[in-house]
Amino acid sequence: MPELYVPQPEPRHLLSVRDLGSDDVERILETARGMASALDREVKKLPTLRGRTVVHLFYESSTRTLASFELAAKRLSAETMSVRSSGSSVDKGESLKDTALTLSAYDPDVIVIRHPSIGAPDVVVRVTDAHVVNAGDGKHQHPTQALLDLYTIRDALGRLANVHVAIVGDILHSRVARSLVQALELVGAQVTLVAPPTLLPRGVEALGCETSTDIASIASADVIYVLRMQQERMEPGAAFVPSLREFAALYGITPARVRTGQVVMHPGPMNRGVEIDPRVADSAAALVTNQVRAGLVVRMAVLYDLLTVAPARVAEAVVVA
Amino acid sequence: MTLFCRNGRVDSLTLEGRVVAPVQGMDECLRISIAEGVITALEPSSSSRSVIAPAFVDPHVHLRTPGREDEETIRSGTEAAAAGGYCAILAMPNTEPVVDSAAVLGSLVALARAEAVVPTGFMAAISKGLHGGELTEMAELAASGAAAFTDDGLPVVSARLLRRALQYSELTGLRLALHCEDPDLSRGGQAHEAAVAAELGLGGYPSVAESVMVERDLALAEFEGRPLHVMHMSARESVQALRAAQAAGVAATGEVTPHHLCLTDEAVRSLDPNVKMNPPLRSEDDRHALVEALRDGTIAVVATDHAPHAQHEKDVPFEEAPFGVTGLETAFSALYTHLVGPGVLSLESLLERMSAGPARALGLAEPRIEIGARANLVQLDLEDEWRVDPDGFRSRSQNSWLLGQTLRGRVLRTVADGRLVHHNQDVGE
Repeated sequence: MPELYVPQPEPRHLLSVRDLGSDDVERILETARGMASALDREVKKLPTLRGRTVVHLFYESSTRTLASFELAAKRLSAETMSVRSSGSSVDKGESLKDTALTLSAYDPDVIVIRHPSIGAPDVVVRVTDAHVVNAGDGKHQHPTQALLDLYTIRDALGRLANVHVAIVGDILHSRVARSLVQALELVGAQVTLVAPPTLLPRGVEALGCETSTDIASIASADVIYVLRMQQERMEPGAAFVPSLREFAALYGITPARVRTGQVVMHPGPMNRGVEIDPRVADSAAALVTNQVRAGLVVRMAVLYDLLTVAPARVAEAVVVA
Repeated sequence: MTLFCRNGRVDSLTLEGRVVAPVQGMDECLRISIAEGVITALEPSSSSRSVIAPAFVDPHVHLRTPGREDEETIRSGTEAAAAGGYCAILAMPNTEPVVDSAAVLGSLVALARAEAVVPTGFMAAISKGLHGGELTEMAELAASGAAAFTDDGLPVVSARLLRRALQYSELTGLRLALHCEDPDLSRGGQAHEAAVAAELGLGGYPSVAESVMVERDLALAEFEGRPLHVMHMSARESVQALRAAQAAGVAATGEVTPHHLCLTDEAVRSLDPNVKMNPPLRSEDDRHALVEALRDGTIAVVATDHAPHAQHEKDVPFEEAPFGVTGLETAFSALYTHLVGPGVLSLESLLERMSAGPARALGLAEPRIEIGARANLVQLDLEDEWRVDPDGFRSRSQNSWLLGQTLRGRVLRTVADGRLVHHNQDVGE
C-alpha cells in the first residue's frame, strides 16, 4: 500500500502582532464573539480542545494573563499545566532552552510563555514542535493583550476603523503599547502616543502613529488608553521623570481631562492616583473590567484558532492523497 | 618584533595567478616562486584563475586565552585566521586574567611561540584589570612584547587617565587603540536607538554614546600630539569626527568591521543573538558613511572584532545574549560579496584596507610582494561560491552572523611568514 504522505505544515505561532494580517485579526475577533455567546450558556465548558495540552510557562509575575489563559484552555476542555520560574528547575539554573526542551518532551499542543527578556519566545520556537503563544516578552510584545483591547473597543464603540486612540504614559517600557499600536494600525484606527519626551522611544513614529507631549491632545480621542509607569523595567537611577507627583500632575487622567463620550482603558495593574485618578477608574467611562472579560474569550479564540483552523496546505494534501 | 608564532619549517612553493598589490601598483599575471619562505622570483605567467595579494592583517581579534579556552585558543584562533587569509593578527587583552602585567603577557608569548599558526601580537591593557583607574606598567609591557595598548571591551571613561596614557605611552613607541563608548549613555543598550529598537522594545544604544567619546578622545590626542586608533566605528558622527581630526593633522586612524559594513539594525528584527554586538548595527545612513569612509581612506582599516562565544551562551533570548560575533574566516568573502560584487568598493581598495591599511595603522610591517621579501600572501578564488556552515569553522565558536548564507570569493591558500598555513582542498583549481 502506498504510504500516505501528508506534509506537516510549520506550526503557527503568535509571537507578535506582526504575525497577523487584518483577516487573521477579524477571524479571531469573530471567534471570540462566538466564545462569548457560548459562555452565556448554563454549562460554560466547550468540548472543542478535548485531548489537547496547553502548557503555561511563566517567568514573570502575572495575575490576569495567566488566570485568563488557564481558564480559556479549561473552558475549551484542554489539559493545562503551569510552570512558574520559582519553585521549578529554573531555580536550579536550568536554561530556558532546556526547560522548553523538557516540557516539549510531553508533546504539548501549545506553549504559552511569559518572560522578562525580549526574544524568549523565539528560543522556545527553535526547540519545540508546539504552537507558541507570546504572553509578554520584556518590553517587546504582548499580542493577546492587543487583541483583547481591539475586542473591547469594538464592543464599546461598535467599530474599529477610524477610531482615534490616545495611548498615555510610559510608552518606552510598554510591550502593551507596542503591540496595540501595530494592532490598531492593522484595523485602520488612528493612534496618538502621549508621554513626556523621555518616555517616547526615538523613532517610534515609524510605527505609523502620531506623538505628542501635551496631555491636551487626548481631547480629540475616542479612547484614552492609560499605561502605568513600569518602574521594574527602568535602569536604576534612570530618572525618566523627576517624580511620580509631577508625572501625575502633567499626565494623570483626571475627571477634568476626560470628555463626555470618551472611554478609558487600562491594561492593569493600575496605580490609582498616579496615571489614573480613582474617580476615572471607577467611572462608567472605564472599560477595565470589560478588558479582563475580553481577555478570556480572546484567549479562547486564539487557542482555538491555532489548534483548529487548518492551514490550506494540509487540507489540499489530504484531498490529493 | 611584536608578533610571535610557532617556529618550524619554512616552505618552498610556487603560486600563479593575477597578482594584485595595490600599494605597489602591481596588477599582473605572475608566477611567484618561494624558496624557504622567501620570494625568490616573479615571472610572467598566463594564469589568471586566481588572485594573489599581500596577506591580510587583523588588528582586532579576541582569542579568549587565557580563561575561555572553550571559546577559542591561540591554536584555533590562528587556524581560523589562516583560513581567512591573514598573515598577522592582534589579540585583545580583555581575558581572564587581563593582559595587564609582563607575567601574563609573557605566558601568552610563550604559548604563541608553541602553537600560533599565524604571527600573533598581543595588545596589553591601558588600565590595570581594565578597571579604568591606574595605568599598567606600559614600559615593561612594551619590553615584554606588547603590540599596542587598549582596554577594548570597555572605554577609558576617565579623561584624565586617557590623557596620562597618551602621554606615558610615548615612552613605548606603541599606540593606543580605543573602544569609544560613553557607558552612561549606552547603559542598558541592546540595539541602535532608532525605529527598529523602538518597535522591538530593545534598550537604545544611541550613536552619540559612541561619537561623543570619539570626539573627546581625538581632542585629547590632538592636545597631546599623540597618535590614536579608533576601534570598531559604527556611526556617521564618529566618521565625521575622525575626518575632521585627520584634516587638523591628528595622527588618528580608524577601523570598521565587516558586519557594520554589510548590515544595518534591520537585521535585529530577527532577534537572532548572532546579530548582537557592541557597538550595535546602526542605520543605513551610518552604514553608507562607513562605506564612504572606507572608500576615501578616512577609515583605512578593516578589523573583524572576531568575538567567539560559546553556543550555550548565545542560545538564549536576544536580550540576555552576550555581545559579539566571529569574523576571521568570513571577512574577505563577506566584503567581496556585499561590497565588491555590487560595485560599491573596488577589489584593490578592499585588499589594501585588509592588509597594508591595518599594518600601517598599528605600526606593523606591511606585507609586500617583492623579491627578497618574506612571503605573506593570500590566494583567492573570486568565482567560488560557498555556504557558511556552522560545522565548517576552524574557530571553536560558531557565532557568525553569516550562518547559512552563500558567499562569493574564497581563500584558497594563505602563506604567513614564509609558511603555507592554509590550503583549501575543497576548491578545485
